[in-house]
Amino acid sequence: MKLTVEEAEQVYEEPITTKAPRQLNGADVFIETLKKHQVEVIFGYPGGAVLPIYDALYKNPIKHILARHEQGAIHAAEGYARVSGKVGVVIATSGPGATNLVTGIADAMMDSIPLVVFTGQVATTVIGTDAFQEADIIGITQPITKHNYQVKDVADFPRIINEAFHIASTGRPGPVVVDIPKNMATSLFVTPEENSQEVNLPGYQPTTKPNFLQIQKAAQAISTAKQPLILAGAGVLFAKATNELAVFAEKYQIPITNTLLGLGGIEGNHPLFLGMAGMHGTYTANMAIQTCDLLINVGARFDDRLTGNLNYFAPNAKVVHIDIDPAEIGKNVPTEIPIVADAKEALEALLAQGSPNGNTAAWLESLNISKEQYPFHYQASEERGLLPQQVLELVHEYTNGDAVVTTDVGQHQMWTAQYYKFTQPHNWVTSGGLGTMGFGFPAAIGAQLAKPNAKVVSIVGDAGFQMTLQELSLLQELRIPVKVIILNNQALGMVRQWQETFHGERFSQSLIPVQPDFVKLAEAYDIKGYKIETFEDAKVLLKEALESDEPVLIDCRVVQKESVYPMVAPGKGLHEMIGVKPE
Amino acid sequence: MKRIITVTVINQSGVLNRVTGLLMKRQFNIESITVGHTENPEISKMTFVVNVEDEQKLEQLLKQLQKQVDVLKVNDITEKQIVVRELALLKVVSPPAVRAEINSIIEPFRASIIDTGKNVVTFQVTGSPEKIDAFIDLLKPYGIKELTRTGVTAFVRETQKVNAPQLSILK
Ligand SMILES: Cc1ncc(C[n+]2csc(CCOP(=O)(O)OP(=O)(O)O)c2C)c(N)n1
Ligand SMILES: [Mg+2]
Repeated sequence: MKLTVEEAEQVYEEPITTKAPRQLNGADVFIETLKKHQVEVIFGYPGGAVLPIYDALYKNPIKHILARHEQGAIHAAEGYARVSGKVGVVIATSGPGATNLVTGIADAMMDSIPLVVFTGQVATTVIGTDAFQEADIIGITQPITKHNYQVKDVADFPRIINEAFHIASTGRPGPVVVDIPKNMATSLFVTPEENSQEVNLPGYQPTTKPNFLQIQKAAQAISTAKQPLILAGAGVLFAKATNELAVFAEKYQIPITNTLLGLGGIEGNHPLFLGMAGMHGTYTANMAIQTCDLLINVGARFDDRLTGNLNYFAPNAKVVHIDIDPAEIGKNVPTEIPIVADAKEALEALLAQGSPNGNTAAWLESLNISKEQYPFHYQASEERGLLPQQVLELVHEYTNGDAVVTTDVGQHQMWTAQYYKFTQPHNWVTSGGLGTMGFGFPAAIGAQLAKPNAKVVSIVGDAGFQMTLQELSLLQELRIPVKVIILNNQALGMVRQWQETFHGERFSQSLIPVQPDFVKLAEAYDIKGYKIETFEDAKVLLKEALESDEPVLIDCRVVQKESVYPMVAPGKGLHEMIGVKPE
Repeated sequence: MKRIITVTVINQSGVLNRVTGLLMKRQFNIESITVGHTENPEISKMTFVVNVEDEQKLEQLLKQLQKQVDVLKVNDITEKQIVVRELALLKVVSPPAVRAEINSIIEPFRASIIDTGKNVVTFQVTGSPEKIDAFIDLLKPYGIKELTRTGVTAFVRETQKVNAPQLSILK
């Protein structure tokens, strides 16, 4: 069938007729199905292809957060999902609306964040004709989604949405895209409504129960290990297994290190906690990996920023790897004891096995000495000016480690990971796998919506903040009391650091020549702004700002020439950390 | 190493794209691929010939395929007792003077002539990829004008040798 332009436009712009008695169309059923899934908030942005959906939303409301850019919407949904443990829901229009979501979808895929993302699409009658605002979002998002769908029959709405929520939230969580052609939303829904939310996906059956033989093997390995170590990743948080993790570590007296995304899985001040491992982790944690005889990975994926050069990684360790995604086991690190399971179920099964061997005392003793000898360090002086680490120590102090903390990507992110000691799980929101600048601030908005009574602090860099700062509008509009703290080094700090260390101090495009006046910018959005230039000011003003019940923005002018240490240089093994001790 | 992998999938639009896209994203080289539906029209089977570096990469490949929502079953059948078939069509320069000679060459291959022109004959041959390679080699000296191969499709035989070697992950 070939349509004339007029005909095509007519299909595309087809008005929705509300006949009485009102019959449900696809969009109505769409909203109804979201309600059945107890969706409490949608992050979105309307446009032509989703007008029918926004019309149905108008008649049958669900709380909707109108971000000022689709990227802001999806990062907010990610922050919401991380903190609430629920699925983040996003709606955008076809074409540019959908492509603006791509970064967020890829971010959620890398960090296993459960999202269901609805994109508008041109009508099925014109798909493939390069119609106005047509983009092949199914093709574009295929490698960055856990799964994706295009609705091709209005009767499929409930099934596809049910499946999308199921796939996004079970097994290893991840983003699912549902592409909705406009005429699907406007078509009458004739299939009798079924109440069932059951899904039938024969090809999708995640294993959550551990194999008993493998558990026995792991228990056996634990019983003979002298220098065992737990590496806990975000899988522990997704499985809500933080209690089990602490009980397990305490019972067998095994020290714990975290991945970047696993922070909060164990209390920051827990005596068995060695701090984060990896490129900017603690020397003690990294050396523990290099010297342990048994490495128990619970829900981490051995990312390269964690392992350093794989040829030198954990050379003496027998590896146990608990992961709900079998494809992660053995991907990067050869694994003697693979356990495909939900982290909570696996830890419970391990706890039911055997008793402590009492062999680890000497190991713990040596690690404790190392912890004392190799703390994070920085050199503060009045002449140097305010250091980012000082700011973060104050933030920790004033919030007692209880705040929800989101970060953007760069030096400030690593310093936050180093200096903020979480007392609670699910309070840490950062972009790990994709390293997405622009993530931190909108993610804080989503986090605050998930926990309206929590203190939410967003630590951002001066550069990354400018990638999504338009969402200040949301703080203004909704009085969301997020505390935005800019660690303003007037630089793409992490780029500057690498250029200093690895590119002969040739600072190519990393020093920002001019910047907006962030305080005035805040004022433009009716948000109180602070500028802090000295440690003395920081002590007073940070306290005041953090105690406020209103949104605030704090521009902290920090020393530019400060680098994140210690560090495992790219290509090096974890034992080759530099900057371990003050010079 | 060359592996033959069969993937049973739910016959939905986009699934072929998803599977081949996945192989591309993870840097696997597909040598050939055939797809068609099975005795159940809602279920398709793909047969891949893939070149993988080592066992670890192979294990990754199988696991990543298995992870796809529309994938029901993944099998590496390389080391099983299998029947493998491929079809090739060849247009060969064949003036009347040499036609008899060519015919005698193709006889043992049980190839058939499916089209004839004045100077060109089109052959169809089926069999294992090795047999087809040999067939092509034999006809090359006469001048192959055009050649197309389907890629392999395969079945596991009903009876297997008891101790047919298998990869540990498939056990
Ligand atoms: C979207 C995006 N573009 C580029 C990068 C590369 N990058 C990583 S950190 C960084 C500098 C970030 O600067 P800033 O936000 O000021 O944080 P700082 O490192 O100074 O704390 C850059 C450019 C990235 N991670 N994401
Ligand atoms: Mg900066």
